[in-house]
Amino acid sequence: MSAATQARLWYAQRVSAMVLALCVLVHLATLIYATRHGLTAAAILGRTRGSGLAALFYAIFVIACAVHVPIGLAKVFEEWLRWRGRIMAAVSLAIGAVILFLGMRAVYAVVIG
Amino acid sequence: MSSELQVSVWRGAGEGRFVAYRVPRAVNQTVLDVVTYIQRKLDPSLAYRYACRVGMCGTCAMTVNGVARWTCRTHVSKVVRDDALEIAPLSNLPVIRDLATDMRGFFDKWAKAHGQFRGTKSRDDFAKIRPDDRQRTEIDAGIECIGCAVCYASCDVVTWRPDFLGPAALNRAWTLVNDARDVEQRERLRAVAGDAGCHACHTQASCTERCPKHLEPTRAIAGLKLMTAREAVRGRL
Repeated sequence: MSAATQARLWYAQRVSAMVLALCVLVHLATLIYATRHGLTAAAILGRTRGSGLAALFYAIFVIACAVHVPIGLAKVFEEWLRWRGRIMAAVSLAIGAVILFLGMRAVYAVVIG
Repeated sequence: MSSELQVSVWRGAGEGRFVAYRVPRAVNQTVLDVVTYIQRKLDPSLAYRYACRVGMCGTCAMTVNGVARWTCRTHVSKVVRDDALEIAPLSNLPVIRDLATDMRGFFDKWAKAHGQFRGTKSRDDFAKIRPDDRQRTEIDAGIECIGCAVCYASCDVVTWRPDFLGPAALNRAWTLVNDARDVEQRERLRAVAGDAGCHACHTQASCTERCPKHLEPTRAIAGLKLMTAREAVRGRL
């Protein structure tokens, strides 16, 4: 992997970390609101179904995770398991793809399903 | 203060062991004084390295009670525990013998990081840079490195990834990328970017914590990370 690609990946991880920090705060605030007000699952789904804002917010959340996690995991694989090159990239990308698929499936279920 | 120190000193190379010595205490005694006493009075075969004895040359660094330190400026009273000292060679460097390490890898990485100034101006046509210039201030903050390798020996990332350039080489590169007179910037940024370079740093800041000159290689590396990433995103790396 070229130095420029590694530098871009680092940047992508930093930017996704900033997005995640914001998303986690909003998500936590939502959780606290929902539990404090005793909202049921049906009441929550009633608010999220058809909500473009919820779809956009959680889609961004999922994408940020799918970008952030594989880059970090690749480092862990490299430094702790001594994986290098293709296997490291393949496993990291596969985990990123799984996060993206499961996350988007959850967003679909909450907003449309 | 007791009258005697119990000193364990690493003897041998990769295969070796700690050997115990008893050294008389003295007022204002440094760790280097202790090692020198052992070599001159108790065992002349002890190998170690020093030159200036005043914290300028960066040759006398060793691991003292588990922490990398410059021994000529480290008073025994500051580091002794129960009248005992354990003195070992620096970590992350091959041991030649006893307390002397092979520093070639450390300095080769300075060369890999393009740690040499490349200018084009002559004495007649010199660059005029204000003392309070922002880049000049960044250079001033990192320029006093004495190359003692205390930061390198204290860096966990160097232990995990032996190809990592390390804090000292990256700190040196940071002083040069801020030098408006230097003409090798793109090559240097390319050399210090990526997983063997600044992007491998985990920002644990052991280098900054232990630098005897109170430099901040962590800050220099953070600067390099941002600068190289921005250049890469703009397609200039």
